[in-house]
Amino acid sequence: MKNLIITMVTSIAITAMGIAQENKGLEIAKAAVQADLGFNSSMVNLKMLLTNSNGQISERALTIKTLELHEDGDKSLIVFESPRDVKGTSTLTYTHKIGSDDQWLYLPSIKRVKRISSNNKSGPFVGSEFAYEDLSSQEIEKYNYKFLEEKENLLIVEQDPVDPKSGYTRRIVTYNKDKGYRIEKIEFFDRKNMLLKTLNYTFYKLYKDKFWRANTLKMVNHQSKKETLLDFFDYNFDANLNEEDFTQNALKRN
Amino acid sequence: MNAIKKIKNSTNKFASNWAKIVIKNKWPVLMFSFLLVIGLGSQGELEFDGDYHVFFSESNPELEAFDALQEKYTKDDNVIMVLSPSNKDVFTKLNLTAIEDLTAQSWNTPYSSRVDAITNFQHTSAHGDDLYVDDLSYNSLNKSEAEINKIKEIALKEPMLVNRIVNEEGSVTAINITVRLPGEDSAKEVPEVTKYVRDMVSNFKSKYPHFDVHISGMVPLNTAFFEASMKDMGLTGIMILIVIITTFLLTRSIQSTLTTLVVVMFSIISTLGFVGLTGIKLTPPSSVFPTMVLTLAVADSIHIIITMLQKMRKDGLNKNEALIESMRLNFMPVFITSLTTVIGFLTMNFGDVPPFWDLGNITAFGMAMAFLFSTTTLPALMAILPIKVKSKIKENEPVYYFNWYSELARFVIKQPIKLSIISFLAIGFLTYLASKNTFNDEFINYFDESVEFRTDTDYISENLTGVYNVEYSIGSGESGGINNPNYLNKLNEFENWLKQQPEVVHVNAFSEVARRINKSMNGDDERFYKIPSTREEAAQYLLLYELSLPFGLDLNNQINVDKSETRVTVTVKNLDSPQMIEFSKRGEQWLRDNTPTEMHAIGVSPMLMFSKLGFRQADSMLKGNIIALILISLVLMIALRNFKLGMLSIIPNVAPVLIGFGIWALYKAQINTGMVIVFGMTLGIIVDDTVHFMSKFLRAKREYGYNANQAVEYAFETVGQALITTTVVLLAGFAVLSTSSFALNSYMARITVVIIISALIIDFILLPSLLILTNKEKKKVKKKYTSFFFFR
Repeated sequence: MKNLIITMVTSIAITAMGIAQENKGLEIAKAAVQADLGFNSSMVNLKMLLTNSNGQISERALTIKTLELHEDGDKSLIVFESPRDVKGTSTLTYTHKIGSDDQWLYLPSIKRVKRISSNNKSGPFVGSEFAYEDLSSQEIEKYNYKFLEEKENLLIVEQDPVDPKSGYTRRIVTYNKDKGYRIEKIEFFDRKNMLLKTLNYTFYKLYKDKFWRANTLKMVNHQSKKETLLDFFDYNFDANLNEEDFTQNALKRN
Repeated sequence: MNAIKKIKNSTNKFASNWAKIVIKNKWPVLMFSFLLVIGLGSQGELEFDGDYHVFFSESNPELEAFDALQEKYTKDDNVIMVLSPSNKDVFTKLNLTAIEDLTAQSWNTPYSSRVDAITNFQHTSAHGDDLYVDDLSYNSLNKSEAEINKIKEIALKEPMLVNRIVNEEGSVTAINITVRLPGEDSAKEVPEVTKYVRDMVSNFKSKYPHFDVHISGMVPLNTAFFEASMKDMGLTGIMILIVIITTFLLTRSIQSTLTTLVVVMFSIISTLGFVGLTGIKLTPPSSVFPTMVLTLAVADSIHIIITMLQKMRKDGLNKNEALIESMRLNFMPVFITSLTTVIGFLTMNFGDVPPFWDLGNITAFGMAMAFLFSTTTLPALMAILPIKVKSKIKENEPVYYFNWYSELARFVIKQPIKLSIISFLAIGFLTYLASKNTFNDEFINYFDESVEFRTDTDYISENLTGVYNVEYSIGSGESGGINNPNYLNKLNEFENWLKQQPEVVHVNAFSEVARRINKSMNGDDERFYKIPSTREEAAQYLLLYELSLPFGLDLNNQINVDKSETRVTVTVKNLDSPQMIEFSKRGEQWLRDNTPTEMHAIGVSPMLMFSKLGFRQADSMLKGNIIALILISLVLMIALRNFKLGMLSIIPNVAPVLIGFGIWALYKAQINTGMVIVFGMTLGIIVDDTVHFMSKFLRAKREYGYNANQAVEYAFETVGQALITTTVVLLAGFAVLSTSSFALNSYMARITVVIIISALIIDFILLPSLLILTNKEKKKVKKKYTSFFFFR
């Protein structure tokens, strides 16, 4: 009888702790979103450097526009500047808090907008080590959370993707609570729960006294030994973009 | 003549002193050798390496080219599981569901990076301006009959699938798991994958018993190598049994058998220590070392013991006298044969195939230890153990042998010219035949049909697809150039040309992807199943397509990061090595004749690496073989103290190998890498026969002043028995090895059996004939040679 009580108490305690861990993880993720709230829109140039295990390098240049939305996920528009043969190609994405995102691609060579069935968003983005899901807007609803540990100013949270088509079983995200809950590092675990990639955020800069943006993102694939470096420059938070800039027509104009 | 006597006396003295010291200190000697064995043995560690890469040295150009290709794209190995449903139709709800199920589990294979199946094939389709890229079959259980039929129709028309993932009839399908082994410890990684796959398949079979599953691929190949090593190591047990039986039959003494067993076991345990200390990882070729060491070591012991027993039985010497006398008589021959064997095995280091370096070095060490133990532990033990012989009864027996050998001697003496001519004709004819052998290193055929990997792989090549491939990395010469229509059209021509080649089963080329996307971008119109017309179109379609692919099914294994090169994978039928090399060259030639310089490429693949391995090994071993021949002939000249006989010995030493390969041409006519080493190896072994025969011949002439005929008869009578004995022991050992399921070992052993038998025949027929003939002329030419005999 005594044993039973102890067992019950412990299991309740463990369950309660589990729930607490989940809540705390969710709270941190929410705090991070909260801290970044109110940027309205941004524009940034991006240089992508792809390196294979052989040391061969390839470069791509893009421009990214983002529009902040509150009821649903953010909208974003990516324009390719180089390589030359894809210049002007652009993608428009409406992220949704629940369900699949909507995605269109404009192809200047045929001057047509094509809608992409985006059930697949776990594949590599233009041959890089970033999956589309790594780059898209990080909506709270897309993960289940579990707080892991706190190391000084760093909070470590496990995030399990809700989407069954995700390429990951989980991600381990390191937040910096002293710097507006900005993300310092993400570790990605593949479907068999092996460490697949590590993403490091460096050269952070504070914009408008509120928004932390990393100028360099380095993704290392531990299994293929390939790397992708993202260099962001010329962040612009004053472009005042609006819904009009994120339509299929706007896609064609770029 | 005095000088010889002096040296002879000094070696005899050395040998008998050695024996006396050993016998006097029998207990310390035994203790010391025991401690040495324990010391070495405690370092013993057996590690196996099954990775097929072990067969290639780091500087191997084919390996370098293949590694370069893998680094450009993805470095991976695979497991292919071939599923055959009993209803002979893959396209039913239940079967597709089963495939989906197994595919999902396959993603959890350790180190897996990609899983290709019929169900997760990324099918592209257009609906107005919407582009759909999705699994060909998802949630198959809920599909209607019509949908299933549609899937079947698409699949059986899809060039990416037919003859690769599904056969033309749709009755057999495959799931291909791509794994990316970290390569840090293949002894751990490969079994990890294998265990997972085996468990997964056995669960699958119990859940869906109407499926037959066959497994092949590069990981199972590694596993098969791994298991072949273990299995061949297991032959050691049989060999030990044979050693016991042979020794007992030849000596008819339990004590002698026990002593021999101790000597060979000591030799093997020390050799294990050597393997541990040097950190050598065992591979199928090197894993036969215990049997080799056993075989060669037992010959040493038997010589010493038989002489000792003969001295006791025939001459009535007491045990220690007989032992000393046996040591006196055998020390030099055993030393020389050990030395030549060590030289023979060490020459394997000249080759280009690392596992044979290991085999050579390990066995050479084992031989050195066998010599040490045969001359220390053996006399010590024999001195300790009580041995009694019934000298009277055995006395008549040897006479029987004497008659038999004398008979043979007289037969040779009667007709030396005739026998020489017949022998040379036979050798000449077989040498001609030997040149008809071709190299073949089809690694699937390394395994005989008792190995599941072999039968499964055969099933796959008969029912679904080829297991061998050739890959070309075709460059465009500029960054992003793979989207240039000129490049794509040339690539497309190459693809078409390849498909017309009779050997080709399947071609995977990027031009096919370009055509397929173009079609989908144009509303699935068949007329657009061609290369896009502009570079921009091609590039932008590709961008769109790549954005639509899911995790693990991207094009990174086919396109390099710079988009300047693509990989063409050609699956071919089962070809032997020359055909394989020819096919790959034909492709290279086509590229040179029909495409701009930047598109020229060389064919690479594991199969091509193996195909060229035999040639490479033969080229590199040639030097080693010549050095072995020179060194061993030199050892003979010094040992026999006779230049002419040393030169003459080359004939009986080389001829058996030529005969061996000649007979092989009648038997298989295809030789593999494992057989390239037999020249150096058997040279070191068969030279024993020649040494024994020639040394007795010389002794008869020098010490007893016999003429050539009498000397030959003397040689026959004194060493005939010993030669037969050694040959029997060696044959037993190599016969055991020839039962190996692994062809690099079994073929090597089989040809060695032939070579050892030929060596004995030559030493009984041709060698004495030549000795008689050359020594008859000797009177005339003697002066000419005198200056060479610096030790006379």
